[in-house]
Amino acid sequence: MLRKSAAYPLPTSSPTVDQVGVIERTSRFTARSIKKESKVQGLNMVLSMIDLTTLEGMDTEGKVKQLCYKAQHLHDAYPGLNSVAAVCVYPNYVALAKKELKGTTTGVASVATAFPSGNSSLKLKLEDVKMAVDSGADEVDMVISRGRFHQGDYAFVYDEIASVKTACGKARLKVILETGELGTLDKVRRASDIAIAAGADFIKTSTGKIQPAATMPVTLVMLEAIRDHYFKTGEMVGMKPAGGISKSKLALHYLIMVKETLGEAWLDPTWFRFGASSLANDVLMQIMKQATSNYQSADYFSID
Amino acid sequence: MSMKKTSEHWKLAPAPEDRSQATIASHYDLFIDGKFQKSAKGKRFKSINPADEKVLSEITESTDADVDKAVKAARKAYEGEWGKLSGKERGKYLYRIARIIQEKARELAIIESLDGGKPIRESRDIDVPLAAAHFFYYAGWADKLDYAFPGRKPRPLGVAGQVIPWNFPLLMAAWKIAPALACGNTVVIKPAENTSLTALKLAEIIQEAELPPGVVNIITGHGKVGAAIIGHKDIDKIAFTGSTGVGKLIQRSIAGTHKKATLELGGKAANIIFEDATLDEAVEGIVNGIYFNQGHVCCAGSRLYVEESVHDEVIRRLKHRMGTLIVGDPMDKNTDIGAINSSEQLETIQKYIGIGKKEGASFYQPACSLPKKGFWCPPTLFTDVAQSNRIAQEEIFGPVLAVQSFRTVDEVIKKANNTPYGLSAGVWTDKGSKIFNLTSQLHAGVIWANTFNKFDPTSPFGGFKESGFGREGGMHGLAAYLDF
Repeated sequence: MLRKSAAYPLPTSSPTVDQVGVIERTSRFTARSIKKESKVQGLNMVLSMIDLTTLEGMDTEGKVKQLCYKAQHLHDAYPGLNSVAAVCVYPNYVALAKKELKGTTTGVASVATAFPSGNSSLKLKLEDVKMAVDSGADEVDMVISRGRFHQGDYAFVYDEIASVKTACGKARLKVILETGELGTLDKVRRASDIAIAAGADFIKTSTGKIQPAATMPVTLVMLEAIRDHYFKTGEMVGMKPAGGISKSKLALHYLIMVKETLGEAWLDPTWFRFGASSLANDVLMQIMKQATSNYQSADYFSID
Repeated sequence: MSMKKTSEHWKLAPAPEDRSQATIASHYDLFIDGKFQKSAKGKRFKSINPADEKVLSEITESTDADVDKAVKAARKAYEGEWGKLSGKERGKYLYRIARIIQEKARELAIIESLDGGKPIRESRDIDVPLAAAHFFYYAGWADKLDYAFPGRKPRPLGVAGQVIPWNFPLLMAAWKIAPALACGNTVVIKPAENTSLTALKLAEIIQEAELPPGVVNIITGHGKVGAAIIGHKDIDKIAFTGSTGVGKLIQRSIAGTHKKATLELGGKAANIIFEDATLDEAVEGIVNGIYFNQGHVCCAGSRLYVEESVHDEVIRRLKHRMGTLIVGDPMDKNTDIGAINSSEQLETIQKYIGIGKKEGASFYQPACSLPKKGFWCPPTLFTDVAQSNRIAQEEIFGPVLAVQSFRTVDEVIKKANNTPYGLSAGVWTDKGSKIFNLTSQLHAGVIWANTFNKFDPTSPFGGFKESGFGREGGMHGLAAYLDF
């Protein structure tokens, strides 16, 4: 399942994208009506795909512990719920999160490479990654050098991702494109192709620090890059939209988009994640609504 | 409720639109002179739902006497109250009709889908809103005709006889009625026999809008009734949308008379994909071009030309996309492709699929389970097609796409124009200069660039060659109902 560093050479060009057409296509996904058992099944999938995230300057040990507890106890009033896929933290909290989540199926993801700006030397970035990996991170979320990307120095961006991928060892690498800073969907597609060629296990939209974060058009373009790679090589790459997805309905429409663009094989936490902090509670609220036919107050769902 | 993590077969549960939101009477009379009237003979025929073959209602078969009565009512209104109204007042009625259509949008969409088999998503998002938009648009023109044609003193033509097809029943009624009324004419209109219900609902709306009696007369029946309208001596203008065969008959029948005509007939549109196109969006355009409304679209992009260098890539993506199209109950909000409009049309489509196979083209349909009752055809693709194949020449009017490869710009222009039709075309390229080169050389009434099947009341629509003549929509659409 782990991909190789520099798996494919730097692509010389990327397909172009028509923004109007992409938006039109995404409007078809949001027109899908997801009801009853398909809604329940979808909501459960969403829960299992969440990377519960805290990436604040004010993060503390206490906060990380609470988040890890929440990851395992999403809503104890309703037994049998899926737990989230991973908890996502800064590198200095990886060891703690790892300890808190010991013996569970929830992984620990760590941001690294001078997150969120990525403005540092390769040496420091690799040390950042090493720190995360040595502390036991199962997944590393890196950022690409957007400045170099805009300068047209694609080889630099590619080499950097490949180096980070090597440094990750057994940890899966998610490559954050920070699409809110890329400007056009053509550039999103280009960055996606570079990241996939360089060995990304996942491509991810955003840090959550820049607006706009994940949007459906941006995610669709990235999914198409993944699909084209799969068509060419038969190799699967994961996708993680992050930031801005806080409502169940939107999350379900993302799943429809994944299903119709890539197929059902991707509807699995191994291949698709949501980077989100407040989505889980909205999903829980909807699951309880489906179970009891009544909406419950937000006060019945714990905030961690 | 099972809480197991499962990603196996995430199928969408049925999401049917609520049928009880629409009222369909057990039978309908003829709308003549502002009221529903029984036919002289009172013969009726059944209108069925093509998705389950159940009877929806009974429709009246008009006689020659009914046609005559309708034309007389239209003439009386034209020479009476309506003819004396100012453009501003006519506009008010059109605005009123437009607003009532909006108010009843949900009901109209439901009836359209029940009666014609088109997916509720399309009738809800396209047919009904566009029908309202046409009334709104022409309402705005009603008091501005002198400005539309400065110095030319536009006058209405008189009584318009209009015959419309079954593929967009309400929308085609709006296309015909709105400009006719805005220009001061009166109307006798006949919807197609398979799909009369929304036109009859429109009659109720017209009543509710208190349009003066006789301005719009809606009479029902088979082709014979249409022929009687067109042949009636007191009709001044004929507007017909339908097959090229019938269009030719109309042309013959009105030769030597004073009747003016606009004919919007068949098509076999070329949809052209260049290698520098944005391929995913082009694939979306292909799907929208041929599988929209089950391919029952006169301007459907039924001939696909793909530059050979990207042919395989496009076809792979297209097949992948076809696999995600949901075929089935038109009333389900998730349905992409609904029922074929009638058993006759399904036979025609199947005949052409048989011809395509016999001609040796490569046939493809995605796996999909179809309902047992009703008329269905999965989205169909033929590759390895040549210009000499019948499936590349004749209008099929169903969800059947014929794909050919091409190599140069000159070649594709020649092939695209190599057809008796000329209604629409599509061009997909990232290069603006290529678009302009093609749009100036393709012989088609509408050419879409990097999109397909986009309609707007401000934009004229009509054909070249055997696709007909005259334009509907936009300012051009006014000229078809005016004398200068």
